[in-house]
This record gives sequence, C-alpha cells and structure tokens, in this order.
Amino acid sequence: MSEQTLFKVTVDNITIEVTAGTTILQAARQIGGAVAPPAMCYYSKLEGSGGKCRTCLVEVSKGSEKDPRPMPKLVASCRTTVMDGMEVKNITSEKVIDARAGVVEFLLLNHPLDCPICDQAGECHLQDLSFEHGKSGTRYEFQRRTFKKHDLGKHIQLHMTRCILCYRCVFTADQLTNKRVHGILDRGDHAEIATHIEKSLDNDFIGNVIDVCPVGALTDKTFRFKNRVWFLKPMDAHRDCPTCSGRVTLWNRGDEVFRVTARKDEWGEIEDTPEGKPGWICNTCRFDKKHANDWVIEGPREISRHSVIAQGHYAGNVGTTLPTETFKAVNDGRAPHLLMDIHNESEVNLPSVRLSEIDGPSHGSNFKTNSKNA
Amino acid sequence: MGVKLLLEKANVPGIRTYDVYRREGGYVAAEKALKEMSIEAIVEEVKKSGLRGRGGAGFPAGMKWSFIAKPEGVPRHLVCNADESEPGTFKDRYLMEFLPHLLIEGLLISSYALGSNDTYIYIRGEYAWVAQILEDAIVEATKNGWLGKNILGTGFDCMIHVHRGAGAYICGEETALIESLEGKRGNPRIKPPFPAIQGLWMRPTVVNNVETLAAVVPIIKMGGEEYAKIGVGRSTGTKLISACGNINKPGVYEIDMTISVEDFIYSDEYCGGIAGGKKLKACIPGGSSVPILPANLLLKTAKGETRYMNYESLSDGGFATGSMMGSGGFIVLDEDQCIVKNTLTLARFYRHESCGQCSPCREGTGWMEKILQKIELGKGEMSDIDLLWDIQRKIEGNTICPLGDAAAWPVAAAIRHFRDEFEWHINNRALSQTSNFGLQHYADPIHVPA
Repeated sequence: MSEQTLFKVTVDNITIEVTAGTTILQAARQIGGAVAPPAMCYYSKLEGSGGKCRTCLVEVSKGSEKDPRPMPKLVASCRTTVMDGMEVKNITSEKVIDARAGVVEFLLLNHPLDCPICDQAGECHLQDLSFEHGKSGTRYEFQRRTFKKHDLGKHIQLHMTRCILCYRCVFTADQLTNKRVHGILDRGDHAEIATHIEKSLDNDFIGNVIDVCPVGALTDKTFRFKNRVWFLKPMDAHRDCPTCSGRVTLWNRGDEVFRVTARKDEWGEIEDTPEGKPGWICNTCRFDKKHANDWVIEGPREISRHSVIAQGHYAGNVGTTLPTETFKAVNDGRAPHLLMDIHNESEVNLPSVRLSEIDGPSHGSNFKTNSKNA
Repeated sequence: MGVKLLLEKANVPGIRTYDVYRREGGYVAAEKALKEMSIEAIVEEVKKSGLRGRGGAGFPAGMKWSFIAKPEGVPRHLVCNADESEPGTFKDRYLMEFLPHLLIEGLLISSYALGSNDTYIYIRGEYAWVAQILEDAIVEATKNGWLGKNILGTGFDCMIHVHRGAGAYICGEETALIESLEGKRGNPRIKPPFPAIQGLWMRPTVVNNVETLAAVVPIIKMGGEEYAKIGVGRSTGTKLISACGNINKPGVYEIDMTISVEDFIYSDEYCGGIAGGKKLKACIPGGSSVPILPANLLLKTAKGETRYMNYESLSDGGFATGSMMGSGGFIVLDEDQCIVKNTLTLARFYRHESCGQCSPCREGTGWMEKILQKIELGKGEMSDIDLLWDIQRKIEGNTICPLGDAAAWPVAAAIRHFRDEFEWHINNRALSQTSNFGLQHYADPIHVPA
C-alpha cells in the first residue's frame, strides 16, 4: 500500500495524525472518550449517511495550516473532512455545548418518551444523548405529533412517533437490498417513514434496519415486549450461514434465546467481520434461529460498564474491566477520607483538591468552592 | 425615470412572440456573444459588470461562473432557478411571462459561456401557464435557429428544457433543486461538494436566478463596464423589485439602485405611497425571509443617513438595525397591520415548507409557529417571547441549508424591533383579540447619540 498523506488535527487540544479524507468525527473517535461528538444519523458503514441530526456539530477554530481562518458556522463533524493543521473544539466550546443542547431539545420535542414501554430502552442512542447532552426538562407545552399506523410486515414493528428521521434505514435498504420499498413520505415535521402503499418489508437483509435504528422506531417483532434488554445476557455466537456472516450476539435469559442481533461496537455500529466487511446478518439468523442449539456460543459479550445492560448481573471479570493498580498506587501518597471514582480524574474528583488536607469528611462544597477558585 | 434594461420592452404589444422580440433588437446580444466573443471574454464581461446574484444571496455571478470545474469529457450544466416561491417575490414570473425570449437569450449566452449543452429551467409548479409560455418561446427560438444543433454555425449545441417543480419552496435552494431535477426527493445536499464541482448528475453545474441570467443580455449588449456604471458601489445594474402590501401601486418595478427607500415607497413613479392615506409602520424589504424593519429604521439608517434601495444600504447596520436586499420582494405594512400576526403567517409558511431533513429546522419551525399562534390567540406568556428568541437562535446557522436561517430571521427581527407589540399582546389578552397595537412610536425619529 502506498504511503498516505497524514494530516495533523487537534480536537479539544488533543492532537492526532489521521489519513487525508478522514472526517472530523472519525478523527475524534480515534482519540475516543468524550472528545468524540455524538452521532444520531451518521453511520460509518452506510455511504451518504450523516449531516442531518446536527448533534455532531463542532466548532472549527482554525481551518488549516494554510488557511487558518475559523469556519464561520458550526459544522457537522460527520461530513466535514479534516485539513492539515485543523483545530476543532468540541466539548471545549461553549457554542457547541449550547447548540447541542438545543438539538437534543429539538429531537425530544415530539418524541413520546415512552421509554418504560419501549423495547429500545437501555440501548437507545437518544436516551444516551439526552442523558449526556440534554436538559432535565422540556419547554414544549403543546401536543406531540402522532401518525397513522403503518404495518411493515411480520418482522419489523414501526413506531413512527419515536422516529428522529435519521434516514439510516433508508440508506440501509438502498445499500443492502436490491429494492427499497420504504422511504420518507411528506416533508417537514409530518415527514414519516412508510411504504408506498402498504407493503411489507421482506427482503432477506431488511432486518438490519432494526440494528441501525438509533431509537425505538424500528424494533424486532419477534422480541416485542418479551423482555428488557438489561435482564438479558448478551453472548457472542456464530453459525454457518449460507447467506450472511453468521456472526451475531445472542440475548439470552437462562438457556432461552430471546433475541438475535448483529454485533455492535462501542459507537453502536455493526462490527466488521474478520475479513473486514460489515457484519450485517440475514433475516433467517435474526428472526428464525431462536434456539441455543442453532448456535456455537463463543462467550459473553463485552458490554461497556457504563451501559445499563452491564448492570446487575455481571460480577467479577465478565464485561467489566477491573483495575489492576492498588489503592495505594492510585492515591499516590494521598490518604483520602472519601473514596470516590479514583480511577478517572473526573470533574468530581478534581486532582487539585487534596482530599487529605480536608478536615473530616469532604462534601460537594469542598469541590465546588475549589473549582470556582481554580 | 430610472434606467430600464430588462423591462424596457415589456409593454411592446406582442413582445412575447419571437418576431416582435427580434424586431425590437432581440437576440442581438446572443449573436454578438456567439459570433464575436470568446468564452473567456463573456465571463470577463460578466465579472466586470459586477452583476450580483438576484436570487437572494447576492453572490457575484461572474465569480460563481469562474468556480465551475472543467474536467475533460464531463458535460457541464446550467440550471435556471425559476422556482420563485418566496412570499412577496414575484419578479421572475413577470419577467418570464412578458419577456420569455429575454430569458432564453440570456440562457443561450450563459450556456455558451459555461459550455452547457443541456440547460434546464426549473420552474415553480404553480407557474403552469408561464411554463407554457416558455415552452412556446423555446419552440419558436429553435425554429429560428437559436437553439438546437450547431447554433449560428458556431458548432455549439444547446437545448433548453423546462422542468416544472411540484410545489415545494425548498426546491428553490440550489442543491434541493438539483435533487428534484434528478427526480429525487427535494432535500438539500450537504455542502461541500458544491454544485460547481458536483451538481446535476454529479456534473459541474451552475444554478442562477432568472433575473441574473436575463441581466446577462444587457451586459453583453452594452459591455460590462458600461453596466457597472449604473447603480452605486457594488450594487451595479438594475434590480427588479416586486412591491406589494399596503401601497397604492403594487407591481414589479425596475430600479437602478440609486433611489432612496422613501422615494421608492412614496413617489408616483413607483409604489405611489401607502394605500388609503395611512401611515407606514414596517416593511420587509427583500422577500419574507429577510428581517423586517420598522418605519424609522427603514427610511433612515441607525446613523441617521438616508437608506437607499441597494445591497449595501439595505444591510447597513447588520441585523441589529438593518435588513437585506434579498430577492427583492418588497412587502409594505401600514399602521393597521399586526406584527404578531404577520410573524405567525411567515412562521407557518416556513413550518410548512421545511423539508424535515435536519432536526433544528424540522422541529424548531413547528415549535415557533405554535408559540406565535398562542400569542396571537391571546394565550401567551411573557416567557414565550424569550423562548421564541432562544429557539430562533438555536435554529440559525445550525441547519443544512439556509431555510433554517430564513425561518429564524423574521422571528428574530420581529422580536428585536417590535418586542413591545408582543408584550402588549400578552398583557392585553382580550384587547388584542379585538384591536390593534397600531403605529405607536415605530415611525418616530431615532435619537442618534452624537
């Protein structure tokens, strides 16, 4: 492979070298953590996706080494490619945080917030997004919009009220199936996902729209109201499938397979197969193979410990990373009265606050006064 | 009488037909351009003329032309944006309806300059009869050898196709127009790539407004430098203004951008004053999406200088105390008009026309409309005004295409200049249902600190 041009890009004061043509979002994801902007509509495995939800807006404070002018508006990081010497502000920019809170509010405006009865709850990107970037209340006081119900066939359940119109399922059908039968009808705030007219989605790969849907608009009918995802135990498994890669995650409770999905990475996207292709799975694997003996089980699936799915049933070394350092090493000579989240130097655990110097148990006020003075 | 370049012959009987148009000096510019001028020379003339895009943004047309990519073996396209759907703007319709051959001549010259063999007119769906007029004119022009193969023996082929839109305002945005022309859903594309690089069918494309392309004809006829002498500063040439609202003589006027706003409204040559002898309250000077101005800021800038009908003067003071030339939809409101109701009407329009692709515009426009509706119906709260301000702030600049900005600006300007009228609506709920806030102090002179 020929040598590729490397561009230096700085996101939130962290500099990284990426190949030319990389988007800001992908560069930020390579840095990882909170630096990566959230993305509701962008899906790296789907060509042409992104740019619509506006949650990934970032501020470009320096265009490039050649042309250091800042970009006048916030840009969608998922569709803007990096330039050499570009400086990007994500969570370090007040403007971005303000605009993002606005976008979250807009996305939730007409969202029914029926999480208690939604099958997506627990693995919903909109839940994560509003938790991380949104406000606790809404200023919207009008009736939320509703839609006429459409039946999409025996496999896929459509809840149009939950949809955020990310267009991911449209791209999926365009790129995975030979004929797309659903799409966006109407425009503006009454635009909806539907088929024209009343068709069912029955292509062999159409089930993948469930996996790409960031919210609970498209859910698995065979799993509907069967269980909550956080009661289930995700297991990596595979089978010899003639049509797809056959690499899946089984969602079990006891020995019973409740649901089959593709394997998703930390960004909620389909993982690549060892051959480097996106691991889309076919409808047979997803909807029909619901017995443990259909599958070769590889082992428990790693779930981020921040996810509600990891809570409750995993103790010890499954799905969580245990710290290897001792308390003594982490404390570095300090003798804190209060053990907090000492593994990360988080906002709460300000390293500038010497816990050992606080007389008696420390309170939130110790940290607040200090952070103000700092 | 001001200079007339575009509408000079509009009143000649039968000018719609080829014979009369040709007799009145039509197609002379096309002949000159195709026979005597090189492609570079035409682009150079347009650049020299300082012609700015007449569709709203005011981007220099010559510059836009020079951006077009010219890869080997890839056809290029010129698209004429006749999807004029902005409330208050109807200048293109007038031009196309009465002088279809002027547009075709302009299109021919521009197509030649840009190397477009297939040129499209994307016309607003509701202008069905105008589309027919254009179709007839194209047939006539083709019969007389001005379109088709080997025009005037130069070896240049050009065909003009008329495409009727299906009634969406958003298709006036150039990338949405291109999508729609390709037969897809009219969603704006994410830029970059710009149409000059990848436009219609991923080929280099220039999208220009009807008036811009028609103005190419007088530019070629008289030369770019002569054209630039008309007007003032960077506002060269003439501009069509479609005046409407509470005025005595609504209609399309061609102005040379040196007259003052006051003259334009009150002189008998143009609007002829406010209808019914009433007083001027406010005006939207450039089509519904530009900020509204109260009478005192409209006639004089914040510095106390006279405001003129040109790009620079109308935008003097930025959005704080100025507005924009926009597409030239001049909407005049008299003392009996209610700003809240007016803003609601505009917000409803933008809610209806939002394509629904990106979330701030899709959700925000509907939200603003509902709050304005609430205030208009006498159910508003004081906090609603701040909420409206916050919503428009979060839409503006955060959307894919300028429709979000266009929806936010009128609301922002209405609150900025007419906040007391909103407050009056909220404080006098019952009264606001039966009477009007009136002119109040909006026409009073502004005190300019020395």
